Amino acid sequence: MEKDRRDFLKLAGSVLGLGATAPAAALASTGGRPVQEEGTHWAMVVDTRKCQAKEGCTACTDACHLAHNVPKIPEEAHEVKWIWKEKYPQAFPNQVHPYIEDSLRDRNVPVLCNHCERPPCVRVCPTQATFKDEQGIVTIDMHRCIGCRYCIAACPYGSRSFNWKDPRPYLQDIQSDYPTRTKGVVEKCNFCEERLAKGQIPACVEACVTAECGALLFGDLSDPESEVSRLLRTTNTIRRKPNLGTAPSVFYIV
Amino acid sequence: MASRDTGRIVVGLVIFLVLASFPVWFSATQGRSDYRPELEYPAGETKCVESKEYMRTWHMDLLNQWRDSVVRKGVRTYTSDAHHTDYDMSLQNTCMKCHTNKANFCDRCHDYVGVSPKCWECHVEPRGAE
Amino acid sequence: MLEKALKGSPRYWTWISVLVLIIAAGFFAYWRQLNHGLEITGLNRDVTWGLYIAQFTFMVGVAASAVMVVLPYYLHNYKPFGRMVILGECLAISAVIMCMLFIFVDMGQPSRVINVIRFPSPNSLMFWDMMSLMGYLGLNVLISLVVFTSERNQVAPPHWIKPVIILSIPWAVSIHTVTAFLYSGLEARSFWLTAILVPRFLASAFASGPSLLIILSLLLRKFTKFDPGEEALKKLSLIVTYALSVNIFFVAVELFTGLYSDIPEHVHHFQYLFVGLEGKSGLAPAMWLSVSLSLLSLVLLYFPRLRENHKVLPFICGAIIVAVWIEKGLGLVVAGFIPNPLGHVTEYFPSSWETMVTIGVYGIGFLILTGLWKIALTVREEIDAL
Repeated sequence: MEKDRRDFLKLAGSVLGLGATAPAAALASTGGRPVQEEGTHWAMVVDTRKCQAKEGCTACTDACHLAHNVPKIPEEAHEVKWIWKEKYPQAFPNQVHPYIEDSLRDRNVPVLCNHCERPPCVRVCPTQATFKDEQGIVTIDMHRCIGCRYCIAACPYGSRSFNWKDPRPYLQDIQSDYPTRTKGVVEKCNFCEERLAKGQIPACVEACVTAECGALLFGDLSDPESEVSRLLRTTNTIRRKPNLGTAPSVFYIV
Repeated sequence: MASRDTGRIVVGLVIFLVLASFPVWFSATQGRSDYRPELEYPAGETKCVESKEYMRTWHMDLLNQWRDSVVRKGVRTYTSDAHHTDYDMSLQNTCMKCHTNKANFCDRCHDYVGVSPKCWECHVEPRGAE
Repeated sequence: MLEKALKGSPRYWTWISVLVLIIAAGFFAYWRQLNHGLEITGLNRDVTWGLYIAQFTFMVGVAASAVMVVLPYYLHNYKPFGRMVILGECLAISAVIMCMLFIFVDMGQPSRVINVIRFPSPNSLMFWDMMSLMGYLGLNVLISLVVFTSERNQVAPPHWIKPVIILSIPWAVSIHTVTAFLYSGLEARSFWLTAILVPRFLASAFASGPSLLIILSLLLRKFTKFDPGEEALKKLSLIVTYALSVNIFFVAVELFTGLYSDIPEHVHHFQYLFVGLEGKSGLAPAMWLSVSLSLLSLVLLYFPRLRENHKVLPFICGAIIVAVWIEKGLGLVVAGFIPNPLGHVTEYFPSSWETMVTIGVYGIGFLILTGLWKIALTVREEIDAL
């Protein structure tokens, strides 16, 4: 049923002259089965309760930003961020009400790129600089990005950052095994694809384990026996802004 | 009227030709046609991913190929045509691990031919240069 | 034909020099932007599009509005627009070029802009926008060149141009449709996610574009021998009256849905625009100005005696341009980003560098427009003198 519907929408999309599958796929409903049908599908589960237990911890952000040469720009207007913390009501604006439990209201929740199954940023990119790879990772080809920032307008999560200026002066300790960026391109979390290729887990997850917090869990959603799959089956999790149909690959336990 | 215009046109053409051919006559009179940039090769290394001649001619295309392969296809291993060794396709982690001094290798030739590749706006040059 | 633009009165050359100076200042500011990055603009992490994209949106409207003289003249054989139509087409040409320049100066990596063509992405409305704008530019250059050359040689234009002209009419509508789609297709921004954006864009374009044309042709009448014709001006001001009425209606409809439904994520943006959010209300004065000017202009336009009074009309037209410029330009673009997807309220004000670049682009547009109109008017005078 879901499949038929998507085929119909695909057809409608091409008849309308949009000529492509992405807008049609985005029209499809959010319920039912996941979009990704085969192959690895990397996903993350964030246990916000465990994260809250370590108040003020910035291990994940520090590790990520160090590993990927993310600059520390003092003025907020030009900040670049890959993973950082927001209050629960900001991260989940439509899953909040005035009477939620106190601990939730002030809870700091790690937010990052959701690596959506139907990413709006990919849909709008005029050069295919941002695209979804075969493992479900939404990534950016920094060599191709023209810096139009359409993807930033399209991202419902504010997960993308633009390099308003040359980031290098804001890097104290440049890691020589990963590039920096140049001014005028968009960047964001890449689920550590460069580490995954070497069989390592993402830097933030590793740092979270080292910090003895264990709030971040990473794994393959296409493998029903993986730890994330099992956790998702047995625990209640939510995704950010599910009503938009983007189908994030980052799940939260609250 | 016509002759005055003819004169102007001829003068204009001469000035244009002199300026346009500047690189030719300047290097013919002032240049050193025997000059070749001297590159510093990594000590202790005997071979690059491909032959020296191939690399000299095609390294930029090879790098572009590597770029597209890694970034867009997720294929990260390159097998040398010359000696069938596997390499991690990475400018910073493969090329520059041997060529640790960008100034004495990349730049010497690039400066000589007057190109300024934008690789280094993002890719980090090895500390060896310092 | 181009040599006509190179001969003119001292006043003509003074005007050209002023424009060249403005352009030079714009280039200087853009040079700074190239070296420092877009940090020299007022844009920030939360509001990532601003003045440039607002100008782009507004100018697409001006370009599309040429259809308001082209359609009556070519499709309905409405003769009084005979002198106006070439002005409208030239205005469209310069407006489209300005649109492209505004997109270009907004790019973080302008040297790579060709990637849009190297890697065509039909998924992206940006791709379609580029295609439709380039097509529209081509159509207008072709049409005005062919029709004008025949006019100059005092022969009937070739038959094949007629279908091209007909094609340019829906094409004009398409450029503004696609521009609205750029915004209205984004699930991330509830403020833009509304089907009325396309009709709203068209209505405001058909109000502001002809207003600009009226002002410019009244200026021409004052400073040159050109006379657009009483009948043409009357008809144009009537078109503006209708378009403005429809636009105000569309905005009201949008406000109703946004506010009556009372969905917070819809209301917040309107709230920011008109009264401010979290004590930040930078755009509110401009928005109220826009609303007042719109309503006032509408009331004045409803009196034929005022509408046809050439002392009052330019002021009404000016008010409409300012009102629309704020409403669909800065207001619409910026409020889409405030509050941001995480509910934070960060404001945006254009920086002076950004403003300089913007004025520079306008300088280029007006230089092109001046040159084109100079050619058109000189040739017309020669024909009339025969």
